[in-house]
Amino acid sequence: MEYLLHILILIGIYVILSVSLNLIAGYTGLLSIAHAAFYGVGAYVAALMALKLHSPFLVNIICAVILGGLLGALVGIPSLRIRDDYFVIATFAFQVITFSVMNNWISFTGGPMGLPGIPRPAIFGWEVSSHIGFLLLIACFCALTLWVSHRIVHSPFGRVLKAIREDEVFAQAQGKNVAAYKVLVFVIGAGMAAVAGSMYAYYISFIDPTSFTIMESIFIISIVIIGGAGSLWGSVIGAVVLVTLPELLRFVGLPSSVAANIRQILYGGLLVAFMMWRPQGLLGEYAFQKDGSEG
Amino acid sequence: MTGSLLEIDSLKKNFDGVEALAGFSCSVREEEILGLIGPNGAGKTTLFNVITGFIAPDRGKAVLRGTDLLSLPPHRIARRGIARTFQKLRLIRRLSVLENVLLAFRGQPGERLGHVFFRNRASARREAENRETAVSLLEEAGLAEKLNDPAEDLSYGQQKLLSLVCCLAADADLLLLDEPVAGIAPEMIEKILSMIRSLLGQGKSVFLIEHNLDAVMQVCDRVVFMDAGKKVSEGTPEEVRNDARVIEAYLD
Repeated sequence: MEYLLHILILIGIYVILSVSLNLIAGYTGLLSIAHAAFYGVGAYVAALMALKLHSPFLVNIICAVILGGLLGALVGIPSLRIRDDYFVIATFAFQVITFSVMNNWISFTGGPMGLPGIPRPAIFGWEVSSHIGFLLLIACFCALTLWVSHRIVHSPFGRVLKAIREDEVFAQAQGKNVAAYKVLVFVIGAGMAAVAGSMYAYYISFIDPTSFTIMESIFIISIVIIGGAGSLWGSVIGAVVLVTLPELLRFVGLPSSVAANIRQILYGGLLVAFMMWRPQGLLGEYAFQKDGSEG
Repeated sequence: MTGSLLEIDSLKKNFDGVEALAGFSCSVREEEILGLIGPNGAGKTTLFNVITGFIAPDRGKAVLRGTDLLSLPPHRIARRGIARTFQKLRLIRRLSVLENVLLAFRGQPGERLGHVFFRNRASARREAENRETAVSLLEEAGLAEKLNDPAEDLSYGQQKLLSLVCCLAADADLLLLDEPVAGIAPEMIEKILSMIRSLLGQGKSVFLIEHNLDAVMQVCDRVVFMDAGKKVSEGTPEEVRNDARVIEAYLD
Protein backbone atom coordinates (compact mmCIF):
# COMPACT_ATOMS: atom_id res chain seq x y z
CA MET A 1 0.00 0.00 0.00
CA GLU A 2 2.78 2.42 0.98
CA TYR A 3 4.56 1.46 -2.19
CA LEU A 4 1.52 2.33 -4.29
CA LEU A 5 1.16 5.67 -2.49
CA HIS A 6 4.86 6.34 -3.04
CA ILE A 7 4.42 5.82 -6.79
CA LEU A 8 1.39 8.11 -6.82
CA ILE A 9 3.33 10.82 -5.00
CA LEU A 10 6.18 10.55 -7.51
CA ILE A 11 3.66 10.78 -10.34
CA GLY A 12 2.29 13.93 -8.74
CA ILE A 13 5.73 15.53 -8.61
CA TYR A 14 6.41 14.67 -12.23
CA VAL A 15 3.01 15.97 -13.31
CA ILE A 16 3.95 19.38 -11.90
CA LEU A 17 7.37 19.20 -13.56
CA SER A 18 6.15 18.12 -16.98
CA VAL A 19 3.12 20.42 -17.09
CA SER A 20 5.33 23.40 -16.23
CA LEU A 21 7.95 22.43 -18.80
CA ASN A 22 5.16 21.98 -21.33
CA LEU A 23 4.28 25.67 -20.94
CA ILE A 24 7.86 26.59 -21.83
CA ALA A 25 8.72 23.95 -24.42
CA GLY A 26 5.40 22.62 -25.71
CA TYR A 27 3.36 25.81 -25.89
CA THR A 28 6.01 28.48 -26.41
CA GLY A 29 8.50 26.33 -28.30
CA LEU A 30 11.52 27.06 -26.09
CA LEU A 31 13.22 23.70 -25.72
CA SER A 32 14.84 23.99 -22.31
CA ILE A 33 16.93 21.27 -20.72
CA ALA A 34 17.38 23.23 -17.52
CA HIS A 35 14.16 22.15 -15.86
CA ALA A 36 15.85 19.92 -13.30
CA ALA A 37 17.89 22.96 -12.27
CA PHE A 38 14.73 24.86 -11.29
CA TYR A 39 13.44 21.68 -9.65
CA GLY A 40 16.70 21.44 -7.68
CA VAL A 41 16.74 25.10 -6.72
CA GLY A 42 13.22 24.71 -5.34
CA ALA A 43 14.29 21.66 -3.36
CA TYR A 44 17.42 23.33 -1.95
CA VAL A 45 15.71 26.60 -1.04
CA ALA A 46 12.94 24.79 0.86
CA ALA A 47 15.37 22.37 2.51
CA LEU A 48 17.89 25.03 3.55
CA MET A 49 15.21 27.31 4.93
CA ALA A 50 13.60 24.47 6.86
CA LEU A 51 16.94 23.31 8.26
CA LYS A 52 18.69 26.59 8.94
CA LEU A 53 15.90 29.09 9.56
CA HIS A 54 13.25 26.66 10.80
CA SER A 55 10.76 28.75 8.89
CA PRO A 56 7.30 27.29 8.20
CA PHE A 57 6.47 25.15 5.18
CA LEU A 58 4.32 27.66 3.31
CA VAL A 59 6.87 30.45 3.68
CA ASN A 60 9.60 28.16 2.38
CA ILE A 61 7.61 27.06 -0.61
CA ILE A 62 6.76 30.66 -1.50
CA CYS A 63 10.44 31.63 -1.28
CA ALA A 64 11.35 28.63 -3.43
CA VAL A 65 8.84 29.77 -6.07
CA ILE A 66 10.18 33.32 -6.03
CA LEU A 67 13.81 32.26 -6.32
CA GLY A 68 12.98 29.64 -8.95
CA GLY A 69 11.07 32.29 -10.90
CA LEU A 70 13.98 34.72 -10.74
CA LEU A 71 16.35 32.08 -12.06
CA GLY A 72 13.75 31.33 -14.73
CA ALA A 73 13.99 34.94 -15.87
CA LEU A 74 17.76 34.59 -15.94
CA VAL A 75 17.49 31.63 -18.32
CA GLY A 76 14.68 33.23 -20.28
CA ILE A 77 16.70 36.33 -21.11
CA PRO A 78 19.28 34.60 -23.36
CA SER A 79 16.35 33.12 -25.27
CA LEU A 80 15.76 36.62 -26.60
CA ARG A 81 19.07 36.66 -28.41
CA ILE A 82 19.84 33.07 -29.23
CA ARG A 83 17.50 30.54 -30.69
CA ASP A 84 16.90 26.90 -31.42
CA ASP A 85 19.95 24.67 -31.02
CA TYR A 86 22.05 27.41 -29.46
CA PHE A 87 19.36 28.09 -26.93
CA VAL A 88 19.24 24.41 -25.96
CA ILE A 89 22.98 24.56 -25.34
CA ALA A 90 22.61 27.71 -23.23
CA THR A 91 20.02 26.00 -21.03
CA PHE A 92 22.32 22.99 -20.80
CA ALA A 93 25.06 25.28 -19.51
CA PHE A 94 22.72 26.67 -16.88
CA GLN A 95 21.82 23.13 -15.83
CA VAL A 96 25.50 22.22 -15.45
CA ILE A 97 26.29 25.38 -13.48
CA THR A 98 23.41 24.81 -11.08
CA PHE A 99 24.50 21.23 -10.50
CA SER A 100 28.09 22.36 -9.88
CA VAL A 101 26.99 24.90 -7.29
CA MET A 102 24.90 22.28 -5.47
CA ASN A 103 27.74 19.80 -5.64
CA ASN A 104 30.66 22.06 -4.71
CA TRP A 105 29.40 24.72 -2.34
CA ILE A 106 29.81 22.23 0.47
CA SER A 107 29.53 24.61 3.42
CA PHE A 108 26.10 25.74 2.22
CA THR A 109 24.51 22.87 0.31
CA GLY A 110 26.34 19.96 1.89
CA GLY A 111 27.83 19.10 -1.49
CA PRO A 112 27.62 15.44 -2.53
CA MET A 113 26.63 14.49 1.03
CA GLY A 114 23.41 16.38 0.52
CA LEU A 115 21.06 17.71 3.16
CA PRO A 116 19.60 15.09 5.48
CA GLY A 117 16.92 15.45 8.11
CA ILE A 118 14.53 17.85 6.43
CA PRO A 119 11.65 18.18 8.92
CA ARG A 120 8.08 17.19 8.20
CA PRO A 121 6.00 20.02 6.76
CA ALA A 122 3.26 21.53 8.90
CA ILE A 123 0.39 23.59 7.52
CA PHE A 124 -1.55 25.59 10.09
CA GLY A 125 -0.70 23.05 12.75
CA TRP A 126 -1.39 19.97 10.63
CA GLU A 127 1.85 17.99 10.47
CA VAL A 128 2.10 15.96 7.30
CA SER A 129 3.87 12.73 8.06
CA SER A 130 1.92 9.88 6.47
CA HIS A 131 2.05 8.87 2.82
CA ILE A 132 -1.63 9.69 2.51
CA GLY A 133 -0.98 13.16 3.87
CA PHE A 134 1.78 13.80 1.35
CA LEU A 135 -0.35 12.45 -1.45
CA LEU A 136 -3.16 14.86 -0.55
CA LEU A 137 -0.75 17.77 -0.33
CA ILE A 138 0.84 16.97 -3.67
CA ALA A 139 -2.55 16.41 -5.26
CA CYS A 140 -3.48 19.95 -4.19
CA PHE A 141 -0.34 21.41 -5.77
CA CYS A 142 -0.94 19.34 -8.91
CA ALA A 143 -4.47 20.64 -9.16
CA LEU A 144 -3.24 24.20 -8.65
CA THR A 145 -0.55 23.79 -11.32
CA LEU A 146 -3.03 22.32 -13.77
CA TRP A 147 -5.61 25.01 -13.07
CA VAL A 148 -3.10 27.84 -13.53
CA SER A 149 -1.72 26.24 -16.69
CA HIS A 150 -5.20 25.59 -18.06
CA ARG A 151 -6.16 29.23 -17.53
CA ILE A 152 -2.98 30.36 -19.25
CA VAL A 153 -3.14 28.17 -22.34
CA HIS A 154 -6.82 28.83 -22.97
CA SER A 155 -6.50 32.59 -22.67
CA PRO A 156 -5.51 35.20 -25.26
CA PHE A 157 -2.14 35.17 -23.45
CA GLY A 158 -1.79 31.48 -24.28
CA ARG A 159 -2.74 32.13 -27.89
CA VAL A 160 0.19 34.52 -28.15
CA LEU A 161 2.49 31.84 -26.68
CA LYS A 162 1.43 29.43 -29.42
CA ALA A 163 1.96 32.13 -32.04
CA ILE A 164 5.49 32.66 -30.74
CA ARG A 165 6.15 28.94 -31.01
CA GLU A 166 5.03 28.91 -34.62
CA ASP A 167 6.33 32.20 -35.97
CA GLU A 168 7.94 34.89 -33.84
CA VAL A 169 8.15 37.38 -36.68
CA PHE A 170 4.41 37.15 -37.30
CA ALA A 171 3.75 37.65 -33.58
CA GLN A 172 5.97 40.74 -33.49
CA ALA A 173 4.32 42.15 -36.58
CA GLN A 174 0.98 41.83 -34.73
CA GLY A 175 2.33 44.02 -31.93
CA LYS A 176 3.17 41.27 -29.46
CA ASN A 177 6.14 41.86 -27.17
CA VAL A 178 7.71 38.47 -27.83
CA ALA A 179 10.63 39.08 -25.46
CA ALA A 180 8.36 39.78 -22.49
CA TYR A 181 6.26 36.67 -23.16
CA LYS A 182 9.32 34.44 -23.31
CA VAL A 183 10.73 35.71 -20.04
CA LEU A 184 7.31 35.51 -18.35
CA VAL A 185 6.69 31.93 -19.40
CA PHE A 186 10.10 30.97 -18.04
CA VAL A 187 9.33 32.64 -14.74
CA ILE A 188 6.01 30.79 -14.48
CA GLY A 189 7.41 27.41 -15.52
CA ALA A 190 10.46 27.69 -13.27
CA GLY A 191 8.32 28.78 -10.32
CA MET A 192 6.12 25.70 -10.75
CA ALA A 193 9.17 23.42 -11.00
CA ALA A 194 10.40 24.92 -7.74
CA VAL A 195 7.12 23.85 -6.09
CA ALA A 196 7.77 20.30 -7.24
CA GLY A 197 11.32 20.56 -5.86
CA SER A 198 10.15 21.75 -2.46
CA MET A 199 7.60 18.95 -2.27
CA TYR A 200 10.26 16.41 -3.19
CA ALA A 201 12.62 17.70 -0.50
CA TYR A 202 9.93 17.55 2.18
CA TYR A 203 8.70 14.16 1.10
CA ILE A 204 12.03 12.33 0.86
CA SER A 205 13.45 14.45 3.73
CA PHE A 206 16.90 14.13 2.18
CA ILE A 207 18.24 15.75 -0.98
CA ASP A 208 21.52 15.57 -2.81
CA PRO A 209 22.64 16.94 -6.18
CA THR A 210 22.27 13.63 -8.05
CA SER A 211 18.49 14.07 -8.11
CA PHE A 212 18.82 17.25 -10.19
CA THR A 213 21.18 16.33 -13.01
CA ILE A 214 20.84 16.72 -16.76
CA MET A 215 19.44 13.17 -16.84
CA GLU A 216 16.52 14.40 -14.79
CA SER A 217 15.95 17.29 -17.23
CA ILE A 218 15.95 14.86 -20.11
CA PHE A 219 13.52 12.61 -18.27
CA ILE A 220 11.11 15.54 -17.85
CA ILE A 221 11.49 16.49 -21.51
CA SER A 222 10.74 12.86 -22.41
CA ILE A 223 7.48 13.03 -20.46
CA VAL A 224 6.51 16.20 -22.33
CA ILE A 225 7.35 14.75 -25.74
CA ILE A 226 5.86 11.30 -25.16
CA GLY A 227 2.76 12.72 -23.48
CA GLY A 228 2.37 15.31 -26.21
CA ALA A 229 3.88 18.79 -26.51
CA GLY A 230 1.17 21.40 -26.28
CA SER A 231 -1.25 19.19 -24.35
CA LEU A 232 -1.64 19.52 -20.58
CA TRP A 233 -3.42 16.18 -20.22
CA GLY A 234 -0.70 14.67 -22.37
CA SER A 235 1.85 15.66 -19.74
CA VAL A 236 -0.30 14.11 -17.02
CA ILE A 237 -0.62 10.84 -18.93
CA GLY A 238 3.06 10.97 -19.87
CA ALA A 239 4.05 11.31 -16.21
CA VAL A 240 1.84 8.36 -15.26
CA VAL A 241 3.27 6.17 -18.02
CA LEU A 242 6.93 7.05 -17.59
CA VAL A 243 6.92 6.83 -13.80
CA THR A 244 4.97 3.54 -13.70
CA LEU A 245 6.67 1.72 -16.56
CA PRO A 246 10.04 1.09 -14.88
CA GLU A 247 8.24 0.04 -11.70
CA LEU A 248 6.60 -2.72 -13.70
CA LEU A 249 10.10 -4.03 -14.47
CA ARG A 250 10.49 -4.90 -10.81
CA PHE A 251 7.66 -7.37 -11.08
CA VAL A 252 9.30 -9.18 -13.95
CA GLY A 253 11.84 -10.32 -11.41
CA LEU A 254 14.96 -8.65 -12.81
CA PRO A 255 17.75 -7.91 -10.34
CA SER A 256 17.72 -4.19 -9.51
CA SER A 257 21.15 -3.57 -11.05
CA VAL A 258 19.91 -4.82 -14.40
CA ALA A 259 16.54 -3.12 -14.06
CA ALA A 260 18.19 0.28 -13.61
CA ASN A 261 20.04 -0.08 -16.90
CA ILE A 262 17.02 -1.43 -18.71
CA ARG A 263 15.13 1.59 -17.48
CA GLN A 264 17.49 3.96 -19.33
CA ILE A 265 17.31 1.81 -22.47
CA LEU A 266 13.53 1.81 -22.22
CA TYR A 267 13.31 5.60 -22.06
CA GLY A 268 15.70 6.01 -24.95
CA GLY A 269 13.88 3.43 -27.02
CA LEU A 270 10.49 4.98 -26.28
CA LEU A 271 11.71 8.43 -27.20
CA VAL A 272 13.14 7.27 -30.52
CA ALA A 273 10.00 5.27 -31.29
CA PHE A 274 7.77 8.27 -30.59
CA MET A 275 9.95 10.60 -32.64
CA MET A 276 9.67 8.23 -35.58
CA TRP A 277 6.07 7.08 -35.45
CA ARG A 278 4.15 9.50 -33.31
CA PRO A 279 6.03 12.78 -33.10
CA GLN A 280 2.99 14.54 -31.65
CA GLY A 281 3.10 12.24 -28.60
CA LEU A 282 0.17 10.46 -27.01
CA LEU A 283 -2.20 13.42 -26.81
CA GLY A 284 -0.35 16.29 -28.46
CA GLU A 285 -1.80 18.20 -31.37
CA TYR A 286 1.55 19.09 -32.86
CA ALA A 287 4.81 17.41 -33.63
CA PHE A 288 7.63 18.88 -31.60
CA GLN A 289 9.10 20.97 -34.32
CA LYS A 290 8.73 24.37 -35.81
CA ASP A 291 6.41 25.13 -38.64
CA GLY A 292 7.82 23.84 -41.91
CA SER A 293 7.31 27.18 -43.66
CA GLU A 294 10.09 28.76 -41.67
CA GLY A 295 13.68 29.16 -42.63
CA MET B 1 -3.71 67.95 -51.25
CA THR B 2 -3.82 65.69 -48.22
CA GLY B 3 -1.03 65.65 -45.63
CA SER B 4 1.58 62.99 -45.36
CA LEU B 5 1.21 60.02 -43.03
CA LEU B 6 4.63 58.45 -43.32
CA GLU B 7 7.79 60.35 -44.18
CA ILE B 8 10.77 58.29 -45.25
CA ASP B 9 13.96 60.29 -45.38
CA SER B 10 17.23 59.19 -47.02
CA LEU B 11 17.34 55.66 -45.68
CA LYS B 12 20.60 53.79 -46.11
CA LYS B 13 21.32 50.16 -45.51
CA ASN B 14 24.36 48.13 -46.47
CA PHE B 15 24.44 44.35 -46.41
CA ASP B 16 28.07 43.26 -46.58
CA GLY B 17 28.91 45.92 -49.10
CA VAL B 18 25.68 45.63 -51.09
CA GLU B 19 23.67 48.82 -50.87
CA ALA B 20 20.11 47.61 -50.39
CA LEU B 21 18.97 51.15 -49.59
CA ALA B 22 21.04 53.98 -50.97
CA GLY B 23 19.41 57.08 -49.54
CA PHE B 24 15.80 56.26 -50.27
CA SER B 25 13.19 58.94 -49.58
CA CYS B 26 9.47 59.11 -50.22
CA SER B 27 6.28 59.83 -48.40
CA VAL B 28 2.95 58.08 -48.06
CA ARG B 29 0.03 60.50 -47.89
CA GLU B 30 -3.12 60.18 -45.87
CA GLU B 31 -5.73 58.10 -47.62
CA GLU B 32 -3.84 57.00 -50.65
CA ILE B 33 -2.69 53.78 -52.20
CA LEU B 34 0.97 54.07 -53.07
CA GLY B 35 2.60 51.40 -55.20
CA LEU B 36 6.25 50.46 -55.01
CA ILE B 37 7.68 48.77 -58.07
CA GLY B 38 11.16 47.89 -59.19
CA PRO B 39 13.31 44.97 -60.28
CA ASN B 40 14.24 42.11 -57.95
CA GLY B 41 16.90 43.19 -55.50
CA ALA B 42 15.96 46.85 -55.76
CA GLY B 43 15.54 46.99 -51.96
CA LYS B 44 11.74 47.03 -51.77
CA THR B 45 11.32 44.38 -49.09
CA THR B 46 14.31 45.77 -47.19
CA LEU B 47 12.50 49.10 -47.12
CA PHE B 48 9.42 47.47 -45.57
CA ASN B 49 11.58 45.63 -43.06
CA VAL B 50 13.22 48.89 -42.04
CA ILE B 51 9.92 50.74 -41.66
CA THR B 52 8.50 47.95 -39.49
CA GLY B 53 11.61 47.75 -37.32
CA PHE B 54 12.82 44.28 -38.32
CA ILE B 55 16.01 45.69 -39.86
CA ALA B 56 17.92 48.64 -38.40
CA PRO B 57 19.04 51.07 -41.12
CA ASP B 58 22.54 52.56 -41.17
CA ARG B 59 21.16 56.03 -41.58
CA GLY B 60 17.94 57.89 -42.32
CA LYS B 61 14.55 58.38 -40.80
CA ALA B 62 11.02 57.06 -40.99
CA VAL B 63 8.46 59.23 -39.25
CA LEU B 64 4.82 58.26 -38.82
CA ARG B 65 2.65 61.25 -37.89
CA GLY B 66 5.51 62.91 -36.05
CA THR B 67 6.77 59.74 -34.30
CA ASP B 68 10.23 58.54 -35.23
CA LEU B 69 9.71 54.83 -35.88
CA LEU B 70 13.30 53.74 -36.14
CA SER B 71 14.03 53.99 -32.44
CA LEU B 72 11.19 51.53 -31.71
CA PRO B 73 11.17 47.72 -31.70
CA PRO B 74 8.87 45.95 -34.20
CA HIS B 75 6.02 45.27 -31.77
CA ARG B 76 5.84 48.94 -30.77
CA ILE B 77 5.79 50.04 -34.38
CA ALA B 78 3.00 47.55 -34.99
CA ARG B 79 1.02 49.12 -32.13
CA ARG B 80 1.59 52.62 -33.52
CA GLY B 81 -0.71 51.87 -36.39
CA ILE B 82 1.24 49.95 -39.00
CA ALA B 83 0.13 46.51 -40.16
CA ARG B 84 2.00 44.47 -42.72
CA THR B 85 2.00 41.30 -44.75
CA PHE B 86 5.08 39.38 -45.76
CA GLN B 87 6.37 38.46 -49.17
CA LYS B 88 6.86 34.92 -47.98
CA LEU B 89 3.49 34.40 -46.40
CA ARG B 90 3.51 34.44 -42.67
CA LEU B 91 0.54 33.07 -40.78
CA ILE B 92 0.24 30.81 -37.78
CA ARG B 93 -0.35 27.84 -40.00
CA ARG B 94 -1.38 25.37 -37.32
CA LEU B 95 -3.83 27.70 -35.59
CA SER B 96 -7.31 28.22 -36.97
CA VAL B 97 -8.23 30.94 -39.43
CA LEU B 98 -10.21 32.71 -36.71
CA GLU B 99 -7.35 32.51 -34.19
CA ASN B 100 -5.00 34.08 -36.72
CA VAL B 101 -7.33 37.05 -37.05
CA LEU B 102 -7.82 37.26 -33.27
CA LEU B 103 -4.03 37.49 -32.88
CA ALA B 104 -3.97 40.53 -35.10
CA PHE B 105 -6.12 42.73 -32.86
CA ARG B 106 -3.99 45.18 -30.93
CA GLY B 107 -4.40 45.88 -27.26
CA GLN B 108 -6.47 42.87 -26.15
CA PRO B 109 -6.06 43.15 -22.37
CA GLY B 110 -6.36 39.38 -22.03
CA GLU B 111 -2.93 39.05 -23.58
CA ARG B 112 -1.44 40.42 -20.36
CA LEU B 113 -0.61 37.81 -17.75
CA GLY B 114 -2.42 39.62 -14.94
CA HIS B 115 -5.65 39.48 -16.90
CA VAL B 116 -5.45 35.72 -17.19
CA PHE B 117 -6.30 35.51 -13.51
CA PHE B 118 -7.80 38.86 -12.55
CA ARG B 119 -10.25 41.24 -14.16
CA ASN B 120 -10.86 38.72 -16.87
CA ARG B 121 -14.34 40.04 -17.49
CA ALA B 122 -12.83 42.95 -19.43
CA SER B 123 -10.77 40.64 -21.57
CA ALA B 124 -13.70 38.27 -22.11
CA ARG B 125 -15.80 41.20 -23.29
CA ARG B 126 -13.03 42.36 -25.63
CA GLU B 127 -12.57 38.81 -26.87
CA ALA B 128 -16.27 38.60 -27.74
CA GLU B 129 -16.14 41.94 -29.58
CA ASN B 130 -13.01 40.95 -31.46
CA ARG B 131 -14.55 37.62 -32.38
CA GLU B 132 -17.58 39.38 -33.81
CA THR B 133 -15.43 41.79 -35.81
CA ALA B 134 -13.21 38.94 -36.99
CA VAL B 135 -16.17 36.88 -38.17
CA SER B 136 -17.64 39.78 -40.11
CA LEU B 137 -14.26 40.54 -41.72
CA LEU B 138 -13.89 36.88 -42.67
CA GLU B 139 -17.43 36.85 -44.06
CA GLU B 140 -16.63 39.82 -46.27
CA ALA B 141 -13.51 38.06 -47.46
CA GLY B 142 -15.49 34.90 -48.18
CA LEU B 143 -13.54 32.84 -45.65
CA ALA B 144 -16.40 32.39 -43.18
CA GLU B 145 -16.87 28.65 -43.84
CA LYS B 146 -13.18 28.07 -43.10
CA LEU B 147 -13.33 29.80 -39.72
CA ASN B 148 -12.18 26.82 -37.67
CA ASP B 149 -9.89 25.19 -40.20
CA PRO B 150 -6.16 25.46 -39.60
CA ALA B 151 -4.71 28.26 -41.71
CA GLU B 152 -2.47 25.79 -43.53
CA ASP B 153 -5.53 24.09 -45.06
CA LEU B 154 -6.39 27.21 -47.06
CA SER B 155 -5.31 27.59 -50.67
CA TYR B 156 -2.37 29.91 -51.31
CA GLY B 157 -4.69 32.67 -52.52
CA GLN B 158 -6.92 32.27 -49.48
CA GLN B 159 -3.89 32.48 -47.23
CA LYS B 160 -2.93 35.78 -48.86
CA LEU B 161 -6.48 36.93 -48.33
CA LEU B 162 -6.29 35.87 -44.68
CA SER B 163 -3.09 37.82 -44.13
CA LEU B 164 -4.88 40.87 -45.55
CA VAL B 165 -7.82 40.26 -43.19
CA CYS B 166 -5.30 40.18 -40.32
CA CYS B 167 -4.09 43.64 -41.37
CA LEU B 168 -7.68 44.87 -41.35
CA ALA B 169 -8.27 43.46 -37.87
CA ALA B 170 -5.18 45.35 -36.69
CA ASP B 171 -7.11 48.53 -37.44
CA ALA B 172 -3.90 50.23 -38.54
CA ASP B 173 -3.69 53.56 -40.35
CA LEU B 174 -1.04 52.29 -42.71
CA LEU B 175 -0.96 48.88 -44.35
CA LEU B 176 2.29 47.68 -45.87
CA LEU B 177 1.49 44.88 -48.29
CA ASP B 178 4.37 42.93 -49.76
CA GLU B 179 3.21 41.42 -53.05
CA PRO B 180 -0.45 40.97 -52.13
CA VAL B 181 -1.44 39.39 -55.43
CA ALA B 182 1.70 37.57 -56.55
CA GLY B 183 1.17 33.97 -57.60
CA ILE B 184 -2.59 33.71 -57.18
CA ALA B 185 -5.57 33.08 -59.44
CA PRO B 186 -7.17 35.99 -61.37
CA GLU B 187 -10.51 35.88 -59.49
CA MET B 188 -8.64 36.05 -56.22
CA ILE B 189 -6.60 38.99 -57.52
CA GLU B 190 -9.85 40.84 -58.25
CA LYS B 191 -11.14 40.09 -54.77
CA ILE B 192 -7.97 41.27 -53.06
CA LEU B 193 -7.70 44.43 -55.16
CA SER B 194 -11.28 45.38 -54.42
CA MET B 195 -10.66 44.86 -50.70
CA ILE B 196 -7.59 47.08 -50.91
CA ARG B 197 -9.54 49.77 -52.74
CA SER B 198 -12.33 49.66 -50.16
CA LEU B 199 -9.80 50.64 -47.50
CA LEU B 200 -9.57 54.18 -48.81
CA GLY B 201 -13.13 54.88 -47.69
CA GLN B 202 -12.09 53.97 -44.14
CA GLY B 203 -9.37 56.60 -43.92
CA LYS B 204 -6.50 54.19 -44.29
CA SER B 205 -3.40 54.37 -46.45
CA VAL B 206 -1.78 51.48 -48.26
CA PHE B 207 1.83 51.14 -49.37
CA LEU B 208 2.22 48.05 -51.52
CA ILE B 209 4.99 46.23 -53.34
CA GLU B 210 3.85 44.39 -56.43
CA HIS B 211 5.36 42.94 -59.59
CA ASN B 212 2.03 42.57 -61.31
CA LEU B 213 2.01 45.93 -63.10
CA ASP B 214 -1.59 45.61 -64.27
CA ALA B 215 -2.70 45.28 -60.68
CA VAL B 216 -0.54 48.25 -59.66
CA MET B 217 -1.92 50.44 -62.43
CA GLN B 218 -5.45 49.41 -61.54
CA VAL B 219 -5.35 50.03 -57.81
CA CYS B 220 -2.71 52.66 -57.01
CA ASP B 221 -3.13 56.42 -56.81
CA ARG B 222 0.59 57.00 -57.13
CA VAL B 223 3.55 54.79 -57.93
CA VAL B 224 7.19 54.95 -56.88
CA PHE B 225 9.74 53.17 -59.02
CA MET B 226 12.82 52.00 -57.17
CA ASP B 227 16.08 50.59 -58.46
CA ALA B 228 19.38 49.82 -56.72
CA GLY B 229 18.16 51.20 -53.42
CA LYS B 230 17.09 54.57 -54.78
CA LYS B 231 13.90 56.20 -55.95
CA VAL B 232 14.15 56.59 -59.70
CA SER B 233 10.74 57.92 -60.55
CA GLU B 234 7.48 58.87 -58.87
CA GLY B 235 4.07 59.93 -60.10
CA THR B 236 0.69 58.72 -61.23
CA PRO B 237 0.58 55.19 -62.63
CA GLU B 238 0.43 56.66 -66.15
CA GLU B 239 3.47 58.88 -65.65
CA VAL B 240 5.57 56.11 -64.18
CA ARG B 241 4.51 53.63 -66.83
CA ASN B 242 5.67 56.02 -69.53
CA ASP B 243 8.92 57.00 -67.84
CA ALA B 244 11.82 56.00 -70.09
CA ARG B 245 13.94 54.84 -67.14
CA VAL B 246 11.17 52.52 -65.95
CA ILE B 247 10.62 51.08 -69.40
CA GLU B 248 14.34 50.50 -69.73
CA ALA B 249 14.61 48.76 -66.37
CA TYR B 250 11.67 46.51 -67.10
CA LEU B 251 12.86 45.61 -70.58
CA ASP B 252 16.38 44.81 -69.46
